[in-house]
Amino acid sequence: MIVGERKPLQEIIKAVEPFEKILVLGCGECVTVCMAGGDKEAKETALAISVARKRAGKPVEVKSHTIERQCEFEYLEAGRKLIEDADVIVSLACGVGVQTMNMHYEDMRTLPGINTTFMGMPFQQGVWVENCLGCGNCVLEETMGICPIARCSKSMLNGPCGGSQDGKCEVSKETDCGWHLIVERLMKFDKLSALEEVKPPKDWSTSHSGGPRKMIREDVKL
Amino acid sequence: MTMSNLQKVLNSGAFVVTGELGPPKSAEREKIEHHGHLLGGVVDAVNLTDNQTAIVRTSSIACGKILVDMDIDPVIQITCRDRNRIAIQSDVLGAVALGIKNILCLQGDHANFGNEPAAKNVNDLDSMNLIRSLKNMRDEQVFIGGEKLEAPIDIFIGAVENPFADPFEYRAYRLAKKVEAGVDFIQTQAIFDMDRFERWMAKVRELGIHKKVPILAGVIPIKSLGAARYMKNNVSGMIVPDEIIDRIKAAENKKEEGVKLCVEMIKHLKTIEGVAGVHLMAVAWEEIVPEIVERAGLLPRPKFD
Repeated sequence: MIVGERKPLQEIIKAVEPFEKILVLGCGECVTVCMAGGDKEAKETALAISVARKRAGKPVEVKSHTIERQCEFEYLEAGRKLIEDADVIVSLACGVGVQTMNMHYEDMRTLPGINTTFMGMPFQQGVWVENCLGCGNCVLEETMGICPIARCSKSMLNGPCGGSQDGKCEVSKETDCGWHLIVERLMKFDKLSALEEVKPPKDWSTSHSGGPRKMIREDVKL
Repeated sequence: MTMSNLQKVLNSGAFVVTGELGPPKSAEREKIEHHGHLLGGVVDAVNLTDNQTAIVRTSSIACGKILVDMDIDPVIQITCRDRNRIAIQSDVLGAVALGIKNILCLQGDHANFGNEPAAKNVNDLDSMNLIRSLKNMRDEQVFIGGEKLEAPIDIFIGAVENPFADPFEYRAYRLAKKVEAGVDFIQTQAIFDMDRFERWMAKVRELGIHKKVPILAGVIPIKSLGAARYMKNNVSGMIVPDEIIDRIKAAENKKEEGVKLCVEMIKHLKTIEGVAGVHLMAVAWEEIVPEIVERAGLLPRPKFD
């Protein structure tokens, strides 16, 4: 799933300062699951903006609403009346949702209310971890299902580097060394010899390095 | 092809001594020359660090050229952190054109250690495929992308290995992989935990790696108790046992104790089968190097025409 974190309230409040009719728009997908931009957070954010503006002596009308999936055009019609009635939308969807909104309602301003952090998973209650960078050329089969691109701080194909200690990455003692996990798992399956071959430089052209990506499938096109 | 001084000393079978010079956070050529004068003649080659610990400093290649001008054999460090394959291959050609031969391949400390923590970490290549890529440039005259070099280049490819990183059981195998990738010489992370280094070397010998590649054991003279503690707590991939800290702490003359410890370690390393030399990293204490090399009984250094 896509994981996000709400922007600091002060940043949101400052961004909507010039506006009088504000709609905070939650999304019912990933950001609801990661408790950053669902209906509950949309209501809380709307209330916080409202209170802050009242305190500042500039009361304002703030509504909230949630759309099931902000990243697809066909879902965006559901909130048309509320959306067009506002001066500005604060979207609590991921960066994809914010852009879909701006494309679909091109005469409106839709501002981001969350920072999209990564593609990952809830590892424990309240803990999310990144585990895919969407590089466009999956190597998980070679690394026992642990991604060296996302889970090694240096995206090494021939790790671990010399900064791996006690199973942790040199970047932070809170971060597991992805390559330590790979080596351990290979040993568990008695497959350490899989690392003998030198992996050549990665072809990054399938990743964002190749430019903004677009996928076209003739078989499903209308 | 002409050999670098480092290659010549390695080939002669003499116990090799390499040094290290940390480029300044300035463009003061005289500082680099000053350190060059201290190291030249007492070590066989001098490493130039590449923005070590992700701190912006003068380029290792530029410093290498200054040493070439002083008739000192430089070892240029190249990390994968700051440059993609276009820049790295271009810099290698530039370094060779400037008379530099020894190139040490490293991954590089993550940028969040340094003075530009907001920098983008490039890591287009990793240290392993960097070794292979340089070997291919030299032996096959081919760039990573497949195009041919217009003329051959002659380089001597080094790499590092860290016996103090984990998983320990994999570390000797990783060294074997670097040999497979095409490395010509190895310098290790600084050794303070001799017991662990010896266990690693035992595995290296068991795998026969020491016969395929010369291994230079890394040592750092401890200048002060603060420096020892800093290395223990703040330098990634380093192990400084408490006994070492306690020994420096107990000493009246801490600098002398640091030198004594370093000399003892070098003398001991010399007795370990498969250790072809030492890599002496006295960064920010370059002036002590002649004394250490002398007291370790490693002077005069071999000279070749």
